[in-house]
Amino acid sequence: MTETLGLSAAPVMVSRCLRRSLREPDAFFTALLLPIILLLLFVYVLGGDMRTNSYVDYVVPGLIVLCAGFGASTTAVAVATDMSNGIIDRFRSLPIRASLVLFGQVVASVMRNLIASALVLSVAFGIGWRPRFGIADWLGAAAMLVFFIVALSWLSAGIGLVARTPEAASSFAFLLMFLPYVSTAFVPARTMPWVLRGFAAHQPLTPVIETMRCLWMGHSSTGTNLAHNALAGSAYCAALLVLSLAGSSWLFGNRTGR
Amino acid sequence: MLDRADLLVEEGSVLALLGPNGAGKTTLIRILATLVRADCGRAVVAGHDVSTDPVAVRRAISLTGQHVAVDDKLTGRENLEMIARLLGLPRHRARGRAVELLGLFGLADVAGQQVGRYSGGMKRRLDLAASLVTKPRLLFLDEPTTGLDPASRVQLWAEVRAQVEEGVSVLLTTQYLEEADQLADTVVLLDRGRVVASGPTADLKARTGSMVLRLQLPDEACLTLAAQQLPLLRRDDGTLTAEVASDGSGEQVRAVLERLEERGCQVAKVVLVEPSLDHVFFSLTSTGRAEAQTRGVA
Repeated sequence: MTETLGLSAAPVMVSRCLRRSLREPDAFFTALLLPIILLLLFVYVLGGDMRTNSYVDYVVPGLIVLCAGFGASTTAVAVATDMSNGIIDRFRSLPIRASLVLFGQVVASVMRNLIASALVLSVAFGIGWRPRFGIADWLGAAAMLVFFIVALSWLSAGIGLVARTPEAASSFAFLLMFLPYVSTAFVPARTMPWVLRGFAAHQPLTPVIETMRCLWMGHSSTGTNLAHNALAGSAYCAALLVLSLAGSSWLFGNRTGR
Repeated sequence: MLDRADLLVEEGSVLALLGPNGAGKTTLIRILATLVRADCGRAVVAGHDVSTDPVAVRRAISLTGQHVAVDDKLTGRENLEMIARLLGLPRHRARGRAVELLGLFGLADVAGQQVGRYSGGMKRRLDLAASLVTKPRLLFLDEPTTGLDPASRVQLWAEVRAQVEEGVSVLLTTQYLEEADQLADTVVLLDRGRVVASGPTADLKARTGSMVLRLQLPDEACLTLAAQQLPLLRRDDGTLTAEVASDGSGEQVRAVLERLEERGCQVAKVVLVEPSLDHVFFSLTSTGRAEAQTRGVA
């Protein structure tokens, strides 16, 4: 009985969170507009000074990761909002697994991020991005991206649980957005001062970005090959996912039990 | 912080937990509704222990907490459908039940509007409706009318009474004596985590009197005199007022006034008021008596 109720609650929670995403038109609009503005900004304003005439080819994987950072902030705020409202008491007094509310938020988060990524890719294509078009390349890049977004969404849910208020969740998540700048997202690591170079070449975002770069452009910016990046990227995502899942479920029990 | 709070809700009846802020009412409700674990002690709801079998308890209860527990981004109908689906009703029955409840609670006109645009009273009603999607055996109402205007309050009371007639038992918390009087069969007075008194609502009323006579006195001497001559419910030295239980009759009021006037004290102003929670505490408990004096209750 408990189990069947638990399972039937999952799609209900997902549809609730998807509806909520659509009902915040300004937030949704910003979330979709921001990546596009950033893409244009990076390619035309910052990329103008770069000697490569195809900066857009370089920057697309990095921008997608940066956008996922914005998405993470939205998710953290959504979870913190749920936790600070009366609605969580309603869910917890029902004979369902109340933590499914997190599952609903994470699924909605993944959907939002995938839509934003698709939008960035189409606009990038419109302004001259010319990736390879192998089916295997695209499937691989999509798999890496989905894995990354799922892991990051669970991390965001965890951040939303740690933060006591939506405002605090927003500031926590804001810090995440600095990470891509110190990776190979926007410029190759070799152009950085040596203090940053080592970190940028090896931090978790870099293999994720380089995997997509290898698949779409045929080469990485670090000189490492696809297998190396895909393996490292997946390992980082798996670790992040496991830690975030464990942390979130512990925090959920802990935050709501007292 | 609860300390030996023993209580029993009879099947099909309404028990009101009456107490000031910080008395432990909400804590008690949250323990019984399995939202928090008690550090010690035992509570059985609908035959199931709250700490060993919370899921069975949750199947028997519904909670309308102090904060409105509906989704403000969803419409009224979507909220009720969501709860119905979470409770395992199939889609078409969830929809039917939502429509039915919206009609019952006077929300049919705003069914398609986002709850964020509802008034406080409408939100409260939707919140109560959400607790009644499936008929609970025991309904918890935690200060259900706090912050509502008088008309919405009366409407909500009527809805609660209708549920009780359907056989739902209710455990209600309130700061308002009037609310307990309107709804409850039994009243339990809670103060700082302790049950200070309990009994049928009618008995409680009999002890406070139906009205309270508030006397505004001209000076300290007069207040002291009043305290000597009359069985005061309470006195306030700051505002120079004294209060006595009253039946509201002209005869009784005249007797009180004459008693003071004969001894040279002219009462400046006379008001008849409804007894409040403070009066109940005062009349029922000796600690309440001492405390009301030190607090100098307004």
